[in-house]
Amino acid sequence: MTVTAPVARKRSALTKGQLPAFAPYVVLAVALVLGAAILALIGFNAFGWGLVSAILFAIGLVGWSALVEGGRKASDKLATCLVVGSFLVALLPLISVIWTVLVNGIPGLVTPGFLTTSMNGVTGSLDNKSVDEGTKVLGGIYHALLGTVQITLLATVISVPVGLLTAIYLVEYGNDRALARAITFFVDVMTGIPSIVAGLFAAAFFFALVGPGTKTGAVAAVALSVLMIPVVVRSSEEMLKIVPNELREAAYALGVRKWRTIIKVVIPTAISGIASGVTLAIARVIGETAPILVTAGFATTINNNVFGGWMASLPTFIYTQILNPTSPSNPDPSSQRAWGAALVLIILVMLLNLVARLVARLFAPKAGR
Amino acid sequence: MTTNSLTTSRGAGRAGDKVFSGATLAAGCLILAVLFGVALFLVIQAIPALVAPSADIQGGHGFFAYIAPIVVGTLIAAVIALVIAAPIAVGVALFISHYAPRRLASGLGYVVDLLAAIPSVVYGAWGAAFLAPQISPAYGWLASNMGWLPIFQGPASATGKTILTAGIVLSVMVLPIITSLSREIFLQTPKLHEEAALALGATRWEMIKMAVLPFGRPGIVSAIMLGLGRALGETMAVALVLSSGVLTASLIQTGNQTIAAEIALNFPEASGLKVSTLIAAGLVLFIITLAVNMIARWIISRHKEFSGAN
Repeated sequence: MTVTAPVARKRSALTKGQLPAFAPYVVLAVALVLGAAILALIGFNAFGWGLVSAILFAIGLVGWSALVEGGRKASDKLATCLVVGSFLVALLPLISVIWTVLVNGIPGLVTPGFLTTSMNGVTGSLDNKSVDEGTKVLGGIYHALLGTVQITLLATVISVPVGLLTAIYLVEYGNDRALARAITFFVDVMTGIPSIVAGLFAAAFFFALVGPGTKTGAVAAVALSVLMIPVVVRSSEEMLKIVPNELREAAYALGVRKWRTIIKVVIPTAISGIASGVTLAIARVIGETAPILVTAGFATTINNNVFGGWMASLPTFIYTQILNPTSPSNPDPSSQRAWGAALVLIILVMLLNLVARLVARLFAPKAGR
Repeated sequence: MTTNSLTTSRGAGRAGDKVFSGATLAAGCLILAVLFGVALFLVIQAIPALVAPSADIQGGHGFFAYIAPIVVGTLIAAVIALVIAAPIAVGVALFISHYAPRRLASGLGYVVDLLAAIPSVVYGAWGAAFLAPQISPAYGWLASNMGWLPIFQGPASATGKTILTAGIVLSVMVLPIITSLSREIFLQTPKLHEEAALALGATRWEMIKMAVLPFGRPGIVSAIMLGLGRALGETMAVALVLSSGVLTASLIQTGNQTIAAEIALNFPEASGLKVSTLIAAGLVLFIITLAVNMIARWIISRHKEFSGAN
């Protein structure tokens, strides 16, 4: 009879030399406690606590891993910490911006008449009075909202036909010719034109054409078109490219002309993607400040004519209210209006982004049967 | 007498084809014309400033003495933005493409894209109202502890409205551009390369070093160049955040100015020769960004496998 030696409880050879699965949680807990202790010594704040804890966590985990698992695994852990950390760092400004705009913007937005009145007749002394007596801040963004809508609409009316036709040329007629390749290259280059240069171009163009100092909503719309056309071209081109060739060939086989094929078959198939691309392009230009600043000037009154007179817009309204408060001695009412306008602008942009996603999803051609 | 419907409708259809293809061609050429028009009209309007006697230009020493400091200021702000944004953006792109759980990845990508959707004037307002006051104590610390470095020379700005703050705001704005391009490229790494590395026993980081980064290097470079183009031309963040001044080496004092902000701050009230001077400054900015963008696009087009990335 043989006696089997009692088997000592030991870890499998396959998992030997590894940190246990709970190691990150232990290190995290220790790092948080230590971080809080260190911060308590030099004055506590949440941002510093997060930062110190993150550094301690990385040092702890990598150090432990280096002791138990060796250098290769430790450097892998270090890379993971850095990659995850960079993502968290990237989230900070997003959260901070949205938080700042919400906190500062809501008081302005809920002021009665903010959306329905203009700045016509709102002077520094009225602002001083509202601060001294604690009454509501007068003035609103109606004129700026109206200007933004008009300028953006006109820019869209200019950009969409040009951009869509160019995309059709590139996909359907270009055949990789030298001209098509040149257009593709320069459209890409155009996406990188600084917005202020686009504004200066429109200004210089109209100064030369109409006369020096021409500043109207239409000039701003031309400037925005310069920024918008490349975006429309790129997105429409991508969408037209993914229309299956079988559809075109089926139409040709029925004897349909090429232009009728494009209008009746290709574009309807791609329309959801094109519409979503156009919406994203609008969302991009609606927040542009610099080109409007140099082309449409500022206005405090309602201007219904895109082709005459200076025109306000939401971004330039924010800019001027912050930089040149209506009442220099009491900038608070101006800053309240500016943050209210910023909140409206962000809501507009986010809505447009949402609409673009919904359009892309709802009107997408049915895949398969 | 019967008419054959096929023969009668033929003429109209052919004309339609001609008109339509002509219209698309015209639209394409219009875009090229606009780009050349941008250059042409900027040059026409800028000429008065370039030929004017040097005493008439702002500063009194001619156009080049006027433009040189703000070109340097523009470069400083853009370099700060890239030094901060590029490593973080590549990290975020790696996180989304190789670290995050598959199901979360597209949602996280959308979150980063939200950063790009926020209008630049809002970033400017945020930088001026929130970031600058928050960060100014750090500048005081830098000035007293690292003041021996010329870039951290004191006295630090009490408001925090310095070129470094502007650079940080710019870095937030270029981050989504670099991230989304790098992410596309990392996702195109051949799966077989990645799996081969892992099968040889590489850790995830070694796999990324061996397979993903070498494959994506030209793409990362061009993504950073495109981010540079954006940082050079960004206006509002700098105009609202920076309290501008003369060119200084210290990043934590008020001072320095960028081309775009200089134009935005002065153009609305400018007239006469001042307009020409500012348009000439815009021309300089246009040439710099055009060169940067063309190099980036050229790098992308040299590597056809990235064609889906832009």
